[in-house]
Amino acid sequence: MDLKFLDAEPTAEERAAVDARLGPPDSAWDGAAERSARDLHVAIGGKKQRDRRHLLLPALQALQGRVGWISEGGFNYVCKRLTVPPAEAWGVATFYMMLSTMPRPRRVLHVCDDIACRARGASDLCDVLRREHSPALHHGFVPGRDDPPQGTKVEISQAHGAWTTAPCLGMCDVAPAALYVDAGAEPVERSLGGMTADRALRLIGGGAVPRDTLENIERADPGKAAASANQADDAPLMPFVGGLGELRLLKRVGVVDPASLESYRMHGGYKALEKAFALGPEGVIRELNEARLVGRGGAAFPTGRKWDMVRAQPEKTRYIICNADESEPGTFKDRVILTADPFAIVEALTIGAYATGARKGYVYIRGEYPLGATRIQYAIDEARRAGLLGSDVMGRNFSFDIEVRRGAGAYICGEETALFESIEGKRGEPRNKPPFPTEKGLFGKPTIVNNVETLANVLPIVLNGGAAAAKIGTPKSTGTRLFCVSGHVGRPGVYEIPMGATLGELIELAGGVAGSGKLQAALLGGAAGGFVQAADMNLRLTHEDTAAVGATLGSGVVVAFDDTVDMKDIVLRIARFFRDESCGQCVPCRVGTMRQYEALSRMLGREPLGSTDQELGLLHELGTAMRDGSICGLGQTAYSAVESAIKRLGLSPT
Amino acid sequence: MSSAHQQLVRLSRPSSKPKAMVEISVDGEAVSVPEGSTILDACKKLGKDIPTLCWHQTLTPANVCRVCMVELEGARTLVPSCSREVEPGMKVKTRNERVDLTRRLVLEMLGSSVDLSISPGTPEMIAEYDARPERFGPDAANVARPVKDDNALYVRDYSKCILCYRCVQACGDDHQNTFAIAVAGRGFDAHISTEFDTPLPNSACVYCGNCIAVCPTGALIARREWQMRGDNTWDESKQTTTDTICPYCGVGCTLTLHVQDGEIVKATSPFGNDVTLGNLCIKGRFGWQHVQNREAD
Repeated sequence: MDLKFLDAEPTAEERAAVDARLGPPDSAWDGAAERSARDLHVAIGGKKQRDRRHLLLPALQALQGRVGWISEGGFNYVCKRLTVPPAEAWGVATFYMMLSTMPRPRRVLHVCDDIACRARGASDLCDVLRREHSPALHHGFVPGRDDPPQGTKVEISQAHGAWTTAPCLGMCDVAPAALYVDAGAEPVERSLGGMTADRALRLIGGGAVPRDTLENIERADPGKAAASANQADDAPLMPFVGGLGELRLLKRVGVVDPASLESYRMHGGYKALEKAFALGPEGVIRELNEARLVGRGGAAFPTGRKWDMVRAQPEKTRYIICNADESEPGTFKDRVILTADPFAIVEALTIGAYATGARKGYVYIRGEYPLGATRIQYAIDEARRAGLLGSDVMGRNFSFDIEVRRGAGAYICGEETALFESIEGKRGEPRNKPPFPTEKGLFGKPTIVNNVETLANVLPIVLNGGAAAAKIGTPKSTGTRLFCVSGHVGRPGVYEIPMGATLGELIELAGGVAGSGKLQAALLGGAAGGFVQAADMNLRLTHEDTAAVGATLGSGVVVAFDDTVDMKDIVLRIARFFRDESCGQCVPCRVGTMRQYEALSRMLGREPLGSTDQELGLLHELGTAMRDGSICGLGQTAYSAVESAIKRLGLSPT
Repeated sequence: MSSAHQQLVRLSRPSSKPKAMVEISVDGEAVSVPEGSTILDACKKLGKDIPTLCWHQTLTPANVCRVCMVELEGARTLVPSCSREVEPGMKVKTRNERVDLTRRLVLEMLGSSVDLSISPGTPEMIAEYDARPERFGPDAANVARPVKDDNALYVRDYSKCILCYRCVQACGDDHQNTFAIAVAGRGFDAHISTEFDTPLPNSACVYCGNCIAVCPTGALIARREWQMRGDNTWDESKQTTTDTICPYCGVGCTLTLHVQDGEIVKATSPFGNDVTLGNLCIKGRFGWQHVQNREAD
């Protein structure tokens, strides 16, 4: 490939950041500053270099983390190092909202203004920031055209930080939430809860960041970070967890030390893997089938069948991926498991690899979860040190290892084929199916993608048998299920309940309706789900019962809204979420989500085109075309919550 | 991408191994096509007219425009006929209320956001499906942006871009392997771009013009045509075409000269041509002016 690069050089800092991630360059052919005599005689490149394309996103993230944005020089250097055509790398860099191709201060506060945080005052918080502070620029930002509105001072100075709004950060239990990022040689990333305007302004104001504004989060050192999990200074981050009956998935959360393999083992860790070795691969899959476990990410596909399909592939190179990109507004259960019980996911992935013949696993975790990424990485390293990962797992002559990949701000990368594209160093655009991932997935090889909660289920099923798990819940929806309860409830948190418990029981468990005390509506299943109301408190939380009323369990979201919340504002935010998060590949979703947002804005702003009925008709047709015509689940469900709001909440301009 | 392309090339050429035939039903009519064919291939064999925008005979199906959607029995959603491979026993419906609704909405979405005025066949498609892009109101967001006129050979007017990915594929591993352009941005802001939106002369572009050849909307347009359209002198009804062989090198690409009023106004190559698949290089596509330079009297 004959590549042409822009005439821009990296700074020493940018070069160091990229080299720290990729290792030093081998020759001038891949970016060394000096050309050696050998370089003049030998052309080094070809397939071997191009096969490093999967490192593109990590390299761009290294730049972003070091200097706070991606400059022409730094960008050029990454392209040279990986032999990636600059135009293609540009397409990738501009796809992710946590990367910036515009100059930015090193300190940026990403303030969540999504539905659960909105229920707890995020809109007012953002209004204050909009008035008082410079926004962070993002890709293609045009002052005056884009959010924030015209007249806002746009100023780039390292003396103070900048802020930007963000879609759901998965911190709904401690809403309003924010993600603080300070780029540098040792970048600081902190998930912060209970955000106030005053604290936000101190974080991005002039001068040094006062320590107390950052106190309640992890340290940079992974060992310490993990060790501090249960300590008091982590309190706002330690989620409230609870449940009905025996906890199967959350039993170690808050009990085990997430930084200690020994502690994990003392609490039953790695017993399931031993049992799996005794059962053999077919035995493991048989237990999953007997448990009738279905995926917990939203699509509810039978897990045992998925594993069996990959196991049966003639192709021997296979992958297993833990999908920890949960970005569905209102979802934070994966964050809780990964931060509080990371070894469980390492063990479950190892069982999956053993059962299906995968030799390499990935944990793809959303970029907004720095603590989760630190802890799962630490757990993987510890497991490797103890011989529980690597070339000879537990002396069984079985080789398996896991790599952590971080997302960079794209809801769509939770779609499994978009996730593959993202790992491969491409734009996170979903693929057309078929072929399905079990046949052609990551790098074109058979691949299993399982959600974090699904993997957490594997351990008790293998340990106690599938039959025991199948006895919990209802015949059609077995086992327990994690629910992320947030918004106006007494104790927002993650709750584990047997399938078949009612919505009312769940909300009671979470401390009942808070705020005004009167429930107006609750969003069930996430932005791709639908609304339920006080009259639905007897709704049994199973796949079959929710489907019967046109709702879905989705990713286990329950966001409660009291009667003071303007539901029009919530529905508009959901429509804006889909507009912002559409990858832009197919027409029905790219334009449809925009048109849906526009029609809703007009209608709810009492300026309908023609009449309200006409707008409702338009919305229905748009929704139908998006559902029938979009490539992936994002477009196909972009109308769900809007439709549910229209039908069940009687959404109208008045 | 490239493997699909290789498959396409294989399909279009005689192969030593005969392919197994697959029978499916389209609108109740049985049809057999070779294994690996698409639903669109089967429809074509039956003479069915399926609208397409992003699909192109020499490119890997991008299946992004979603105008070729058909109903497949047993499928939850409609399926793109351009890329869905046939499987024995498939039952496909190419026209009904459901299919027409999605096609109409796709055309309305594009019509309301993109300038389709010089896109061959598209205004007719819009009329056939009774699409009314104006339904979304005068304030509907669109992709209008200033024309990029930064080099001597062609002009890029992305207000006319439907993001079909054809130019990216032609520039990339389907044809040219230059990778000068890619899709950048996300969602409604997604657009075709060079890195940092740098002008073409600073980019990797080699001016083969193979992107222009496959552009379905006139967003990419050779300078002569751009000028003549601006002067209102471009008139395809007055144009004739003559096939010849490119005079420059030994490859011998077939060159189709488009002539209006005795002057060459454009050069292309036939997409069905085995040698070029419609591709040319900078010389073949743009280097014809010398033929008609006249000495001043």
